[in-house]
Amino acid sequence: MSQPQNNHKAAISTRSLAIYYGDFRAVKDVDLNIVPRRITAIIGPSGCGKSTVLRAFNRMNDFIPTCHSEGEILYHGHNIYDSDVDPVSVRQHIGMVFQKPNPFPKSIYENIAWGAKINGYKDSLDELVEDSLTQAALWDEVKDNLTQSGLSLSGGQQQRLCIARALAVKPDIILMDEPCSALDPIATLKIEELMRSLSKKYTIIIVTHNMQQAARVSDFTAFFTMDEDRAGRMVEYGETSQIFTRPRKKQTEDYITGRYG
Amino acid sequence: MGYIQPTYQSNSGIKQRQILARYWSKIFLGSILIAILALMVMLINVINDSYGYAAIEYEYDPSIYTPKPIEDLNKVELMKLLSENLSTYRWRTIQQDVSIDQLEVDEIRELVVEELLKPTVVASYSLIPSLFNRTEIHQEINFYHPEARIDFYSWLDFQFLIKSMSVVPENSGVRTAILGSLWIILVAGIFAIPVGIGAAIYLEEYAPSGKFKKIIQSNIDNLAGVPSIIYGILGLAIFVRVLKPLTSGTIFGLELSTGRTIISAGMTIGLLLLPVIIINTQEALRTVPMSLRQASYGVGATRWQTLWYHVLPAALPGILTGAILAISRGIGETSPLILVGASSFINKDPTNIFSNFTTLPLQIYYWTQRPQDQFRNTAAAAILVLLIMLLSLNAVAIILRNHYSRQSRP
Ligand SMILES: Nc1ncnc2c1ncn2[C@@H]1O[C@H](COP(=O)(O)OP(=O)(O)O)[C@@H](O)[C@H]1O
Ligand SMILES: [Mg+2]
Repeated sequence: MSQPQNNHKAAISTRSLAIYYGDFRAVKDVDLNIVPRRITAIIGPSGCGKSTVLRAFNRMNDFIPTCHSEGEILYHGHNIYDSDVDPVSVRQHIGMVFQKPNPFPKSIYENIAWGAKINGYKDSLDELVEDSLTQAALWDEVKDNLTQSGLSLSGGQQQRLCIARALAVKPDIILMDEPCSALDPIATLKIEELMRSLSKKYTIIIVTHNMQQAARVSDFTAFFTMDEDRAGRMVEYGETSQIFTRPRKKQTEDYITGRYG
Repeated sequence: MGYIQPTYQSNSGIKQRQILARYWSKIFLGSILIAILALMVMLINVINDSYGYAAIEYEYDPSIYTPKPIEDLNKVELMKLLSENLSTYRWRTIQQDVSIDQLEVDEIRELVVEELLKPTVVASYSLIPSLFNRTEIHQEINFYHPEARIDFYSWLDFQFLIKSMSVVPENSGVRTAILGSLWIILVAGIFAIPVGIGAAIYLEEYAPSGKFKKIIQSNIDNLAGVPSIIYGILGLAIFVRVLKPLTSGTIFGLELSTGRTIISAGMTIGLLLLPVIIINTQEALRTVPMSLRQASYGVGATRWQTLWYHVLPAALPGILTGAILAISRGIGETSPLILVGASSFINKDPTNIFSNFTTLPLQIYYWTQRPQDQFRNTAAAAILVLLIMLLSLNAVAIILRNHYSRQSRP
């Protein structure tokens, strides 16, 4: 399979990754090299294992008791599933933004500061809060209401707050699982713009069911589908422009032209 | 022949369905009315017995003590009356309780009436006849007890709360029983609330799902449904008998040689509440949304930090409500404490966990067993006290829940 970049420059790469829920193999044979400081979109039909793969990248699957994986996920050349790796430290480096905005039921300030505090952040929290909110393009909207509850914001603002919260931990990779699916089109556009500006500093992996979104924001696209045994697998991976204009695989072409299923 | 049925032909069906729906709503209305009626009957019954006319006679006529009417005596005369006619022992006990010199003249007069004339209720009437058959009651009392004074009597008054138990109904009160109930629920709560919450946290947040957890869980669910008398048998066997040196306090150098103490009763009630608290806490933890936990883990929090900073605060109102409701259940428990051995007659207040005890429900139970009519009145008054206690606890639970759930909303 074609890979956009060679291995040792990858921000994260998988080797023969397979993920199971109990006996059910949800994903198989994923070999993927994520390019640093770019946006990689994972697209594919519902149930093909996009979220499963994404959650594997920061070991959020650990909380699903039946879930286990085979193969390797390498971060800085280290398998994050090795027994000597603390999943908590993985999540400090690889942050996550979820499908439904989920701010803490605390003040806006606390939402940002809490993650840094528990991770032993020593510098000025005020600066960190301002910096994170600015990066997330939310500072101007909330700077006078930092003590207000995070839950009092609109859906789009809440999602940007969640992004700021992830940034405050100083990760280098940010995972986003359909971050706009609960938002209106204007809020969605704002988040997409934000992702573009963040990609200068961060590696972003976004799962989306919205192909236009993948085409608009991502630099690279991985297309997943599932076989008859319902095990998801990666069909094609390449630069977004190539995937959407000159797909190499028939399945990819069928999917992006809407002939799927 | 071609008769096309209009689609709205099904209108008749709609009518029938509406009628059926109305019937059902009537049935539901009937259910709630029956429930309200049952509660009203219970409340009226209790209140009915707590208030009403009473005929009061003096056991000793005032004339045997003094030629003057008691109402006209002054302080010195009253004091003299007391010191002359009371036994030295009784005189000394009273002086230990209150310093008589400092009492008001009316208070001393009350003391004289209470100690020397010994008023007794010779007949008592419920509230409803007292309200509607006044003349008959007065005639009846005048006929049977021509000497008696007729009073509208409130069995539930402040004196009732602060008096201890007595063989005379009108001198009886619930102080010892209230203190016993409070002591026992304190012991039960101190044991069951932390242990129950801890166990629930372990089961819900830490225990690996598997056979072990399933077995424990179904055991706890079953324990919550075990009749409370079984806990009484357990408490009798373990706390009263096996652990007697501990529960009677003898190993701490106390004289009392029975295990039928507050600590035994409290632990028994604690055991009974444990599964209830565990289940309530688990329920509260389960309502904390997965998304909140994910948010916390997502910023690099450990399981403990997630639990402490997010899950527990979010579950707290539910946990507290569950604990308070469990406590109010514990206060009402009667049968296990009969087995563990509450004293049926006790007028010494509990002072520590090795004291003998009685509780409010037990007191009610024993009073209803007594032959004197007037103990029915004291039992009813005690039921009112118990109801007020339970209702206030439930009100606290509701207030706490509202307070905390308002905090976690925007
Ligand atoms: N917690 C879980 N337990 C068991 N099966 C799961 C769980 N989560 C997802 N699956 C299964 O794994 C497959 C992939 O799911 P998912 O990764 O959510 O797909 P996608 O995000 O692409 O829609 C689906 O068949 C789904 O039913
Ligand atoms: Mg998904």
